[in-house]
Amino acid sequence: MIRVALPFHLRNLAHVGTEVELEVKEPVTQRSVLDALEAKYPMLRGTIRDHVTQQRRPFLRFFACEQDLSLESPDTPLPEAVATGAEPYLIIGAIAGG
Amino acid sequence: MKTRLLVGTRKGAFVLTSDGKREKWDISGPHFAGWEIYHMKGSPADPDRLYASQTSGWFGQIIQRSSDGGKTWEQPGTKPGEPTTTPEGMPKAESNKFVYDSSSETGKPLTTHMWYDGTPHPWEFKRVWHLEPSLTDPDTVYAGVEDAALFRTTDGGKNWHEVSGLRGHGSGSKWQPGAGGLGLHTILLDPKNPNRMFIAISAAGCFRTDDAGKTWKPINKGLKSQYIPDPNAEIGHCVHRIALHPSKPDVLFMQKHWDVMRSDNAGDSWHEVSGNLPTDFGFPIDVHAHEPNTIYVVPIKSDSEHFPPDGRLRVYRSRSGGNEWEALTKGLPQKDCYVNVLRDAMSVDSLEPCGIYFGTTGGQVYGSADGGNTWTAIVRDFPAVLSVEVQTLK
Repeated sequence: MIRVALPFHLRNLAHVGTEVELEVKEPVTQRSVLDALEAKYPMLRGTIRDHVTQQRRPFLRFFACEQDLSLESPDTPLPEAVATGAEPYLIIGAIAGG
Repeated sequence: MKTRLLVGTRKGAFVLTSDGKREKWDISGPHFAGWEIYHMKGSPADPDRLYASQTSGWFGQIIQRSSDGGKTWEQPGTKPGEPTTTPEGMPKAESNKFVYDSSSETGKPLTTHMWYDGTPHPWEFKRVWHLEPSLTDPDTVYAGVEDAALFRTTDGGKNWHEVSGLRGHGSGSKWQPGAGGLGLHTILLDPKNPNRMFIAISAAGCFRTDDAGKTWKPINKGLKSQYIPDPNAEIGHCVHRIALHPSKPDVLFMQKHWDVMRSDNAGDSWHEVSGNLPTDFGFPIDVHAHEPNTIYVVPIKSDSEHFPPDGRLRVYRSRSGGNEWEALTKGLPQKDCYVNVLRDAMSVDSLEPCGIYFGTTGGQVYGSADGGNTWTAIVRDFPAVLSVEVQTLK
């Protein structure tokens, strides 16, 4: 099981808690994880990636295992710890303010 | 009789209900707490069917729908747990999907509008500013979006398709954004002619269709805008809001960036009716429910100072369709008031006497149950109000 942590507003939108668990076929990549997330929670389509271009929305970042994966290729395999469920894949909203 | 106010704010949606007296109000919300609710509106054909535009700079556009007057909400077409593909295996559309039509059949490739500096800029969907449900079908809704375009759903918000004749009618590549963006913010449906519709865009101007959206033409003759080099420019006018009375849909009233305007021929030509207003800058304009010649505006000091002149919040009423205006002040703050009233934040009910409501960027919603003679603050401490719509329910 892949664990995905969602920001507050997307949790509310999907009616889920802090983390969701997903079945993802190998290879486990950012694209396959997000595809699985949107398939299970279709109300999230368009909120993380643009509907058409599939580009990450500018104010969101992707992290795992203390690495910023936001600029990585969506098809690069995720760290083993994410693929095994030991560590979550984190979708983080940019923090505004000061 | 029951009155229902739909209030969209910077931090969520609120539904306020009262009886025909409109003295005591029950408040529910915030719905979609933390999200900007640009607009909410009910279907005239089924008043318990509501639509809301929920937006966020982080997460984009969501469309919400209620079938019970705002008690419960759903995203059309994307209920949790339902199949995400059709029996044919095709992905289902989502209610928050607004994709510009670029097909050669209907969309005529139209890839850029004009940026602030006059350079070409690609069309980028940002949000839905205004939702206008059909007068006759609860499942048909028009959406005015930024960057300016008109979309329509005929299945209750599951699928949205661009009414592409508007953007593609010829002038789209010259449309420039106003300071608040290139937004299509006003949609008026003609109750006497189902093929006729009016829309307004900042800062392109007004447009009309007479064939249910297939073809459009600019209707901006008579508008004068200081910053446009060509005084007879067909487009480029920063229209803030237009309004009509259902019994006289050929008479249009406009609050432009500066100037309050009137047309007596469905927009073919306009003339100024600012008259004795203390300033003719402002955002909303609305028409009394029972008196087609009685109109309301909220004068704002200037385009650089978005607050009432002299710190006095005054609604101005004209009973003569413009030119002669009276200040309505009873119950409104008359000192140290520096709020703004946005273009979609005023609405009239259809009770007798007519009720008028408006919300401010300071979080107040004011109501008048006597045509504007006296006002009370229904709420004082909401988040900044983006939109107010009222429904009169039997």
